[in-house]
Amino acid sequence: MTTSTGSLDSHPPLDPADGVGPVLEVDDLHVEFRTRSGVVNAVNGISYTVDRGETLAILGESGSGKSVSAQAIMGILDVPPAVITGGGIRFRGRDMLAMNAEDQRQIRGPGISMIFQDALSALNPVYSVGFQIGEMFRAHRGASRKEAKQRAVELMDRVRIPAAARRVNDYPHQFSGGMRQRVMIAMALALDPRILIADEPTTALDVTVQAQVMDLLKDLQRENGMGLILITHDLGVVNEVADRVAVMYAGKIVETGTVDDVFTRPAHPYTLGLMRSIPQVEAKGGRLNPIVGQPPNLAAIPSGCPFHPRCPKARTGAAALPGRDCVGDVPPLRLVMPGREAACHYSEEVLGV
Amino acid sequence: MTEQQQRLDPAQIEVDVTAGIGTTPVDGTHARQNSLWSDAWGSLKRNVLFWIGAFLTVLLTLMAILPQVFARGVDPRACDLANSKALPSADHWFGYDVQGCDYLANVVYGARNSLIIGIFAVLVILVLGVLVGAIAGYFGGATDSVLSRITDIFYALPLILGALVLLRVGPSTNIPIINSRGPGAVALALALFGWMTAMRLVRSQVIAVKSSDYVSAARAMGASNSRILIRHILPNAVAPVLVFTTITIGVLIAAEATLTFLGVGLQRPAISWGLQIAAGESSIRSAPHLVLFPSIVLTLTVMAFIMMGDALRDALDPRQRS
Amino acid sequence: MGRYVARRLLLTIPVLLGASFLIFAMVYALPGDPIRALAGDRPVPPAVVAVLNERFHLNDPLWVQYWEYLKALFTGDLGTDFRGRPVLDTIARTLPVTIKLTVVAVLFEIVIGIVAGVLAGIRRNSFFDNFVLVSTTVIVSIPILVLAFLTQLLFGLKLGWFPIAGTREGFYSYVLPGLVLASGSLAYVARLTRTSIAENMNADYVRTARAKGLPQRTVIVRHMLRNSLIPVVTFIGADIGALLGGAIVTETVFNLPGIGREVFNSVKAQEGAVVVGIVTLLVFFFILFNLIVDVLYAVLDPRIRYD
Repeated sequence: MTTSTGSLDSHPPLDPADGVGPVLEVDDLHVEFRTRSGVVNAVNGISYTVDRGETLAILGESGSGKSVSAQAIMGILDVPPAVITGGGIRFRGRDMLAMNAEDQRQIRGPGISMIFQDALSALNPVYSVGFQIGEMFRAHRGASRKEAKQRAVELMDRVRIPAAARRVNDYPHQFSGGMRQRVMIAMALALDPRILIADEPTTALDVTVQAQVMDLLKDLQRENGMGLILITHDLGVVNEVADRVAVMYAGKIVETGTVDDVFTRPAHPYTLGLMRSIPQVEAKGGRLNPIVGQPPNLAAIPSGCPFHPRCPKARTGAAALPGRDCVGDVPPLRLVMPGREAACHYSEEVLGV
Repeated sequence: MTEQQQRLDPAQIEVDVTAGIGTTPVDGTHARQNSLWSDAWGSLKRNVLFWIGAFLTVLLTLMAILPQVFARGVDPRACDLANSKALPSADHWFGYDVQGCDYLANVVYGARNSLIIGIFAVLVILVLGVLVGAIAGYFGGATDSVLSRITDIFYALPLILGALVLLRVGPSTNIPIINSRGPGAVALALALFGWMTAMRLVRSQVIAVKSSDYVSAARAMGASNSRILIRHILPNAVAPVLVFTTITIGVLIAAEATLTFLGVGLQRPAISWGLQIAAGESSIRSAPHLVLFPSIVLTLTVMAFIMMGDALRDALDPRQRS
Repeated sequence: MGRYVARRLLLTIPVLLGASFLIFAMVYALPGDPIRALAGDRPVPPAVVAVLNERFHLNDPLWVQYWEYLKALFTGDLGTDFRGRPVLDTIARTLPVTIKLTVVAVLFEIVIGIVAGVLAGIRRNSFFDNFVLVSTTVIVSIPILVLAFLTQLLFGLKLGWFPIAGTREGFYSYVLPGLVLASGSLAYVARLTRTSIAENMNADYVRTARAKGLPQRTVIVRHMLRNSLIPVVTFIGADIGALLGGAIVTETVFNLPGIGREVFNSVKAQEGAVVVGIVTLLVFFFILFNLIVDVLYAVLDPRIRYD
């Protein structure tokens, strides 16, 4: 991994590995939390890839493990109680889990960066935003205070914060929610990373501000050819912004595919349930269609297919085909159509519906 | 001391942690309060320091109520100069003091004054603090400004210094109790310079809860101010106030001994640990037990309350309940 | 920031006036005999009574008395004791000792308290952490009065490691008394630091700093420590009040010729004017110090400035 100390220009020379294969590859990742009251299986064997310029949405409810997998990639899990118990994370072909701590650290920031949901608590309240953005340059590129500050102003301009030169010395609490989120984006993009992970970036914002921030992200992504991993539970945002989507449930990926495909013709009962639960304007006055039941306790994940207690199509015993018992057999994530995977014993039926 | 610094005053820190500053106000209704106390009791039961503190407190309370038992029936005032400063022995565990009085009896009888003063003072502090704090917090505006400034002014005189001056001039005034040089005077002096933390505590609790939804609901249903204050807002303050009270009793007992030692608290022939320590000071080389025994018992007393207060605070800390 | 300082200054004035009035009221304005307040049980011949009445305007209305009292304060005239020595001189003679003692105490408080707190906070629930928890509870429970005697007995008399009393050994004489004086505050600082560090260790902005790929050292020192220490620093400043009270006992037990011991002696000798003069001065110092700490807090935490 190159860290050019002299030059401030963020783009390292084009690596021959670029353009060959996905930029980020998560392979059968397992993460456990070992707590006093037991072991929580937060991530149970997930795999996904992100290509240059692609936006992958990871969709799931709270407690599905989506944030944990992202934090595992960034290496910011609290270890203990978290433990990565298996799998690999390959960035530009190199397995990050096999690297030492220093090498990993050098990827964070210049290679992969992350923005968080609540910008007010995610930014340090006692340092100016210019200082915090500039930190990226000072820490990774050996820039001086002055140069770093200049760069910070440029970045703030780029993320469309008005009067950047004046506001660079302001503190996080002096900005509105949307502006603060832009500050975080500026900080994350400072060194032109290959991958940006956005963990619920707009959940805490008003709808109109949401749209602005997502537009900004898309534009910046296009300019840089950056891969974007968008973690969210908001179906609307996924629809607007993402190319591909991976649906997570109980720490596993249960469906992948392009957003269009997955949303119009789900291949997994959970995704189907999500789609159906969206209130339609035309159905005003009727009843809502939630998915019955509760997401599972990750310390006690149901056997077989983790969704079976809530699945209208679950089959067991005599009704089930051999090897495809929803209570007894764990459905693997398999190709059900070109470019689409699903973890359901009866995906073909779901698709046919 | 200003408000910022109030937040960092030791007693206030206890309070903040218990009150969970930054967390949403707790609904003061019965159901929620029940769960708070049952959770707290569960956590308290497991805390060793709580049991040690509780055991010591019970022991010392018994000592104050039934000193004869602990003194093995000896009269603390039955003195024989022939025994002056005699060292501890099998018969007389604490030896004798300068006048030749049994020291065990004297130390034991000293518990009564200390506990009475501590409890009386804390009660006055609570009355003053809760009243002023609730009014300031609830009515806000000019009332709050004035009351807070008054609190600031009292804060400017640290406990020992303020009580020292008041007790020093007390005997020359015509005010009852204050001029008596007895436990009442000491308790009042301590309360007068110690109520401010209670005020700040209650005030911040009231402010935190005042604008919550269920208070607005109560108001919309026509509840009067005093009813809202008493039934909806103040119950939230019970937890931090309880912690504060427990710890403060310990602090006040230590303060009384200090003031008495300095000569402005209780006077002879009252029996007080402070007097005993002061009297024993000059013989510290030849008869260290004169200073040691009351010191140890005083420390154990203070420790009892502070341990219990600490344990209570940990048990009631919303952040540790999950 | 300027507005913040101006506001704080403005708020300090009523507190200064109020505190001085409180002291004044306690001595001169309570129903009773102020001359007895000043002189105690000492018999006062009528001539002296007349002089005192004259000097303190005791026959004038209350507000005149207070006005004269304030005027005297501002010109530095704190009166004299019954031997005719100006209180101001007494203060000038004894203040340096107390300042040295307080400085030593604060140094102990900062160094031991913060280090112990940081180590305990980083390793939550470790043996060291529990040790700090229990020992701070115990230390806080031992009244300074008791600790002074116990340490004097043990480390001074029995072991001979420290001078028992007095300032004959220069700086070394202040070590044990300073440690005793700092004990309670030290324990609180350790606790406060520990809690603050434990909270900030898992704070979101620390997570962000790590996600930025900053070196571990930068994350800990620049981000975590700086934020954690803000409440501690301001507490230390505000705690000076407790130190002032504790200094009286400490100086008395260790026989240090400072302002605290002077207060004790004056109480015993029934020198009312001296007691009032010293207490007034200490309170003024305390208030001013708190003002400085307030400003310092705003410097450290920008969120306060724009309140």
